[in-house]
Formats: sequence, C-alpha cells, structure tokens
Amino acid sequence: MTHTPGNPVIGVLALQGDVREHLIALAAADAVARPVRRPEELAEVDALVIPGGESTTMSKLAVLFGMLEPLRERVRAGLPVYGTCAGMIMLADKLLDGREDQETLGGIDMIVRRNAFGRQNESFEAKVDFAGIEGGPVEGVFIRAPWVESVGAAAEVLATYDGHTVAVRQGNVLATSFHPELTGDDRVHAYFVDMVRAGL
Amino acid sequence: MSTLPTSPQSAESAIGTSRVKRGMAEQLKGGVIMDVVNAEQAKIAEDAGAVAVMALERVPADIRKDGGVARMSDPNMIEEIIEAVSIPVMAKSRIGHFVEAQVLQSLGVDYIDESEVLTPADEVNHSDKWAYTTPFVCGATNLGEALRRIAEGAAMIRSKGEAGTGNVVEAVRHLRQIKNEIARLRGYDNNELFAAAKELRAPYELVKEVAELGKLPVVLFSAGGVATPADAALMRQLGAEGVFVGSGIFKSGDPAKRAAAIVKATTFFDDPKIIADASRNLGEAMVGINCDTLPESERYANRGW
Repeated sequence: MTHTPGNPVIGVLALQGDVREHLIALAAADAVARPVRRPEELAEVDALVIPGGESTTMSKLAVLFGMLEPLRERVRAGLPVYGTCAGMIMLADKLLDGREDQETLGGIDMIVRRNAFGRQNESFEAKVDFAGIEGGPVEGVFIRAPWVESVGAAAEVLATYDGHTVAVRQGNVLATSFHPELTGDDRVHAYFVDMVRAGL
Repeated sequence: MSTLPTSPQSAESAIGTSRVKRGMAEQLKGGVIMDVVNAEQAKIAEDAGAVAVMALERVPADIRKDGGVARMSDPNMIEEIIEAVSIPVMAKSRIGHFVEAQVLQSLGVDYIDESEVLTPADEVNHSDKWAYTTPFVCGATNLGEALRRIAEGAAMIRSKGEAGTGNVVEAVRHLRQIKNEIARLRGYDNNELFAAAKELRAPYELVKEVAELGKLPVVLFSAGGVATPADAALMRQLGAEGVFVGSGIFKSGDPAKRAAAIVKATTFFDDPKIIADASRNLGEAMVGINCDTLPESERYANRGW
C-alpha cells in the first residue's frame, strides 16, 4: 500500500468499459483516480472501481492478461471495491445466465442474474432510493443491467427497484446494477470514497 | 448532454432515453466490435473477447467482390446470432431505409448501424433516429457529418474508413479529420462558433457542446480497414475509443487467433511489447486493396452526407 495522508488513491479497472466516467466521478469525490490494467498498478491503489462494460469480455480479458488472480487476492485481503453493472457481476460469488466459463472475482455473498432487466431496448432510467445517501433518490441508469437474486447474511441491501435488489454492500465491497458514473451525480462515488477513508 | 430533443420520459422510469442509448456505447469503450455472418463466427468473436458483434449477411470484402445491392440481413440469421452469444448484437440497415431499422428494432438487436456499407435507400435523407428505442451508430468522415448524424439521433459515431479493403489509410484519414476539427473548435471564441456551425453544416448547439467538451458528445469508434493488431492500436492511439473490425478477421488465415490478438492490442494499445507479442504468427492477413486504385463509385465512404 502506498497510502499517503490526504486523498485515497482509487484505481479503475481499465480492461474495457466506461473507465473515463468513473475517473471523473472519483476525482469529483476527492479521490486520486487512476486507470489500472496491470498487477503492478493494482498493487499501488488503496481501493478499486470495476466499471460498467461487457462482463463476459471483462472477465475474459482479466484471465487473458493475468489480472484475475491478483484481483481475487486483493479482494480477499480486504481491498475496498465498488462495481457498477458489469462490475457488480464481477463481484458476485455466484452468477446466473452468464457464460459457462465466465469467471468472477467474488467478494459479495450474492447471486447475480446477468442482463436480468433485459436487452438494450429494455434499458431504462429511474430514480432509486439509496440507503445511506442523503439528498433524495439517486438517478439510476440501467443498461442491459443485472439484478441481485439473493444475498447472504453478511450482505446488506442498499437499494431496490421494482422489487429487485440493485445495490448491495458487504463490508468493504459495494455493488450497483446501475451506472452513477453516467449521471453527473457523484453521491454514490462519494459514499464509496467515505467507505475507503473509513478503512484507511 | 445534448440540448436536442430526446424521447419522452415519465417520472417513474423511461426507456430509450439519450442517456441509456449513449450510455450503452460507453460500456463498449476500449473494446472490439466484430463483423460476423453466422452463429459460429459470433461464438468465435465472443470467445476472443469481442465486446459486441455486428450481424450481417456478407462481410464488406465480399460485398465488394459480389457487387449488386447490399441489404439488411435475414431476420433468421440475426436471431440465430442473438441466441448464440451473450454479448450485445448489432445489425446494419441501409442509409435512409427506416423500415429496415424498424425491423431490426423489432428483432431486439442492441444497436442499429445505419451503414454506408449497404447500398443507400435514400440519397437525400438519413433515418430519423430519435424515433427508435434502439440506439444507432453511424459513420462519419469529418466532424460536420458526425454532428449531422448526432442531430438525427445517432448515439455513437464511428469514423468510416473504407470497409472491406483491409487498408487502414482511410480510417486514419477520417479519424484525424474529426479529431483535428474538434481541436480547431476548442480554439474558437464564442463569436466564431456561429460561423463554424455554418461551415460544418451542423446545429450550433452541438458545435458549441463539442467546443466545450473537446470531444464528441457520444462515443467515437473507428472502422473501415483495420486488419492487424497494430492497426487497431494505431486507431486507439489516434483517439478512437474502440474499433470495429469487419472483413479483417474472418477473411484472414486464422480468425480465432487474429480476433484475440486484435482484442489484446486494443486493450494495450500503448504498449508496443504487448502489440508485438500479439502480432506474432497470426498467419495470413486479408489480402487488402489499395484505396487509391478504388474507383470513386466503389468508395463506400462517399455514401451518406
């Protein structure tokens, strides 16, 4: 860890996906944000965001580029991680409707169903009440989004939409079905940065 | 986001908004979108790490070879590909053929490419892309063309290049053109933006937005002629947020290997060692065509306006 007093260094897994938007949102939430593609870059961050993207591709690239095991090790060792959409899928201990060979990192005791809200024509925006975030509901942008079928005892549900769990936290690990990074509303990122600060 | 009209929204939830259409393309960034003509190829593309596939009946190199009118693909074939893979599936409509676009939306494709690779159905008008829930990607050779497509509702732009040639020269030309014009806008003051909009033949609001952002308000990929890992990395280094690879993969000697190599070079576009490794022993690349010997009538990039 290379933590220095001041703002935490938060990496964004940059194998593929909306990395830029997360970097901007994290910077707005007073973190030092940087892209992470290699194990040595992963070793230098205090926390990690796994962005939205195509989860099968991201998982495949993580295997292909030798990132899967280093990521698993750091998550197991307690690295604070926040995953959006594809990132939520990566953080699921168990996955439904994924590819047979699709690897996840795990980190949250939950079962996630991939593309549960449908294909692109069903992608939608809606207001979502988020436990622990003040100032009214957050804007939820759901794109070919997953939902959480069930969570274990250690995981806490932070938001639901239409009866489905769409935000979960377990200890240092946070996951949302939706994409706060696309909205310009940085409150979920600020919530995560607070989590990171609390653990440092 | 854009000040242009968007689909109606309710207070409860809204589908087909600009944010979910453009946001979908944001999820594809850093990735490779591959042309496929059947379910088997789609699986090879997915296995290689493609972020999406483009379902079409013939790859551009074969459209060139066969000649005739190139149209939307058979719905059966598109549905088979949707069934075969879990990644997003795109499909092409002819320019201005809004009924082909309606059909593609009804099939549930994730993105529609209103594409110059197919034979245009209308020589004046592109489709009104605001009218659809399904997002559209369109080609452009310069900034004005890109902004006209965005004004019509395109949620993603790809520089056109010259599809089916295996020659990256036009892709480079078009991407450089778009990037240079954006850079020039950055240097203009407010007084100059009105004249710039007139010259670009694009709505002032969009021109102003680009001048402020320093980029398009939608994701910009590159297409048309990418055949090697180094080609893909070149387009990324020139500023493309991802690449479309058409004929380059399945017209080569070892498609699975080449597809994976292009994905790798696209992710690590700024690491020559990784690109070198990805470029080893790929077998034969597609043969390729010299673009300066292509007659004007066979240049797809000239289609669309």
